[in-house]
Amino acid sequence: MATNTREAHGDLVLENVTKEFGDFTAVDDLSLVVPRGSFFALLGPSGCGKTTTLRMVAGLEQPTAGRVLIGETDLTGTRPHERPVNTVFQSYALFPHLTVRENVAFGPKRRKASDAMRQADDALELVQLSHLAGRKPMQLSGGQQQRVALARAVVNHPEVLLLDEPLGALDLKLRRQMQVELKRIQSEVGLTFIHVTHDQEEAMTMADTVAVMNGGRIEQMGPPERLYDLPRTAFVANFVGQSNLGVGRILGTDGDFVMAEVSNTKVRIPKQRTEIHDGEVMFGVRPEKVRIHESQPDGTGNDVRATVTDVSFSGVATQYLVTVPSGANWSVYEQNLDVDPISVRPGDDVWLSWDPTHAFAVPVDEHGSKAALVEDGA
Amino acid sequence: MTTAVAASAREAGDPQLTPPRAGAKRRRWTPYLLLIPGLLWLTLFFIVPLVQLGSASLQSQWPGAPGYYYRDVNVGNYVEALRTYGVHFLRSLLYAGTATVLCFAVAFPLAYAMAFKAGRWRNVMLILVVAPFFTSFILRTIAWRQILADDGFVASTLRAVHLLPGGHITETWVAVVAGLTYNFLPFMVLPIYTSLERADPRLLEAGRDLYADRFTNLRTVTIPLAAPGILAGTLLTFIPAAGDYVNAELLGSDTSTKMVGNVINSQFFTVLGGYPTAAALSISLMILILVLVLGYVRRFGTEEVL
Amino acid sequence: MRRARSWVSDNIAMIIAVGVLVYLFLPVLYTFVFSFNNYRRSNITWNPEGSPTLKHWANPCGAPGVCPALVESIKIGALATLVATVLGALIAFALVRYSFRGRSSTNVLVFLPMATPEVVLGASLLTIFIQAFRMDLGFWTVVIAHIMFCISFVVVTVKARLQSLDPRLEEAASDLYANPRTTFMRITFPLALPGIVAAALLSFSLSFDDFIITNFVSGNETTFPKFVYVSYTRGIPAQANVIGFSMFVIAVLCVIAAQVIGSRRRGATA
Repeated sequence: MATNTREAHGDLVLENVTKEFGDFTAVDDLSLVVPRGSFFALLGPSGCGKTTTLRMVAGLEQPTAGRVLIGETDLTGTRPHERPVNTVFQSYALFPHLTVRENVAFGPKRRKASDAMRQADDALELVQLSHLAGRKPMQLSGGQQQRVALARAVVNHPEVLLLDEPLGALDLKLRRQMQVELKRIQSEVGLTFIHVTHDQEEAMTMADTVAVMNGGRIEQMGPPERLYDLPRTAFVANFVGQSNLGVGRILGTDGDFVMAEVSNTKVRIPKQRTEIHDGEVMFGVRPEKVRIHESQPDGTGNDVRATVTDVSFSGVATQYLVTVPSGANWSVYEQNLDVDPISVRPGDDVWLSWDPTHAFAVPVDEHGSKAALVEDGA
Repeated sequence: MTTAVAASAREAGDPQLTPPRAGAKRRRWTPYLLLIPGLLWLTLFFIVPLVQLGSASLQSQWPGAPGYYYRDVNVGNYVEALRTYGVHFLRSLLYAGTATVLCFAVAFPLAYAMAFKAGRWRNVMLILVVAPFFTSFILRTIAWRQILADDGFVASTLRAVHLLPGGHITETWVAVVAGLTYNFLPFMVLPIYTSLERADPRLLEAGRDLYADRFTNLRTVTIPLAAPGILAGTLLTFIPAAGDYVNAELLGSDTSTKMVGNVINSQFFTVLGGYPTAAALSISLMILILVLVLGYVRRFGTEEVL
Repeated sequence: MRRARSWVSDNIAMIIAVGVLVYLFLPVLYTFVFSFNNYRRSNITWNPEGSPTLKHWANPCGAPGVCPALVESIKIGALATLVATVLGALIAFALVRYSFRGRSSTNVLVFLPMATPEVVLGASLLTIFIQAFRMDLGFWTVVIAHIMFCISFVVVTVKARLQSLDPRLEEAASDLYANPRTTFMRITFPLALPGIVAAALLSFSLSFDDFIITNFVSGNETTFPKFVYVSYTRGIPAQANVIGFSMFVIAVLCVIAAQVIGSRRRGATA
């Protein structure tokens, strides 16, 4: 039975997986398919259940209900050592009493590989740490330990490689470097990577598919661009990047657009960019899609008066914080395409406009009404 | 809906879903298997003897046959024992308490120095604190007796400068308390050192930053940081000291410095018919210490002492 | 003058500390010095004639009873350490790695012997050996008693070590195809070993040096501390000083060795 499950092969499938700890439901009826060989990210805030999900794939937790499969093989109920799955832990969990090489060779040795040491050396070369093979983990820096942890997992060529916030403890520069490294290694070795993180930038730069989790459920899943361009819920709209949101009421349709009234302003939303065509709706537009004007622009409809509360210049772009008539705070992000100094000051009255095809709408929920007043999604 | 199917599959004993059950059952038994040998030993050779001691404390003597007892519920043993030897009890508490306080006064600077001022020498000092412990404590106590003897260097010098009213150090409570203090010093130093060593030195810096003078810093920052260690150390000193009799035997006098430990010992071994009395005294001592310790821990300690 | 004063106040703790260490060593020093005493009847006053002498060091077993007592202490210590370490380590593993009903009661039960004065422990064992078990007091009753009070110390020591280990390590081993038995043999046990060794050393020292409990339950059996105590009235032979001091030196060397090995294998705690 054990060798059988270890040789499972194929896509990773989670089928209606639920995990309860007493009264608390950490993962709620979650289903997803991760195609073999892809780089998949599980993104969400702390406590959303992403780490629990990961541990259930690894076998470190067992689902309360549902199944975990790789290909046709049902792995539900098996222990971690019976699964072709390896994990890179957040704290690295390197064995302190073994050398780096022995750490990496641990998996192959347990599987009775005759050339375990050579495999370890190859893996260390992949992560460029061959020169430290004889050291003990304590003697390595954080970034080096992280690479050893990666090598230790990759050397086994598992069907699925799990990474539990592996870059969390590294400084920014190192993190950026490792993001590129991980992507390179993944495409070189061709394994299925599942990367758990709360850093949406990280998820978007590295993954082929991103699933945003919240409260034990997947809110939206898809390629990073789709998640960003067309969020399906208020949570996703604010967790992945920033959004300017406002609650409104749908008035009717107009050709390819849906008309809504948001805080006494009429706005238009493309029909394909909203699932709701009736009733209350949460209107949204990304800050970089909004433009600031010192006087009312031509054309009516998708524009709004606002008062500037803050101007932040950051070289490439300028971020404006404005207050719209409803009282909500919006942010506008404009690239500094001009060399002229900015003439907009806090306290000024300005006009905002945007291309209606950039607007989207999501259902109103308690996240939404709170989200409308929240600046930062993370 | 699929959840319901999965649930019923589990009930039905679907082989795909039952493996965790088997492993979990084995895992549920393991802790008990691990515990049983040791706990059995402790029960048999600690709990049961205490119960037996309690029973012995309530036994009565066969009239006319000293040294032979029968099971009884003779609470009179306690009354008698405490009335006759109450003084020894109080003396034991007094000596042990004094020794604990002195021990703390001596141990704290040492632990402090080891934790903060020793640097590279820290490990050496640690070894030096623990090392004397490896010479038999009997030998060391006897050595003290010789060192403090009437014709020895210390006593003669003190007599010469008129600091020794009684004329001798040994055979007084001073020697006994000094011996007790000495014997338990490592037990006080090590826990305090451990607590201080774990403390973040920046907290002390912050204290120095906020308080102009050193003593306030000591009182309000350092000592509270060492609190768990101080708690453990005082317990590890007071409890054995209260029951000790070797120091009183070797360094004290036969008349005025006997502690309750001496009485218990003699009642068991030299006095015929002394078992119930000795047992009563032992149980009383244990209860007294437990009460004091519980009160002390509740008042001063919050986290687990161990 | 002011500079001297401020130097003193800066280093006051260290000054006191060194004083305390000297104080700690005084009796040891005394024991050492008097092991070279060429005494006639009893080793209490320094006999200038013929001292210092090496004859006691040359013949450590010369005085009757010294070496047999030492051997008994070592035998008892070894046996008690072996059993107590095993039993205590098992308890510590159960307490740290598993949650079960009765966990806090177990903690209390293990802690109680340490909170009980030795007189009470000795007295209770004496009564049970004599009144209930009806055993002869001797070697085995001493061993039983020593195992009993050592278990608590072993549990505390091993527990502390286990608690300092990262629980993720065992998960990582399982993740890397190690079954529970292999995980224990290759990861858990090697990492717990320093704690187990420390517990064993502690256990041996406690057993070797024990007097009060031993005195209660030993009957005619003589251990080294008991020998010293009993021979005090007649005069302790200087061979006891020799042995006492030698034990001290051996123990110090062991501790130093442990420190050196420990620092070389550094990196055992997460």
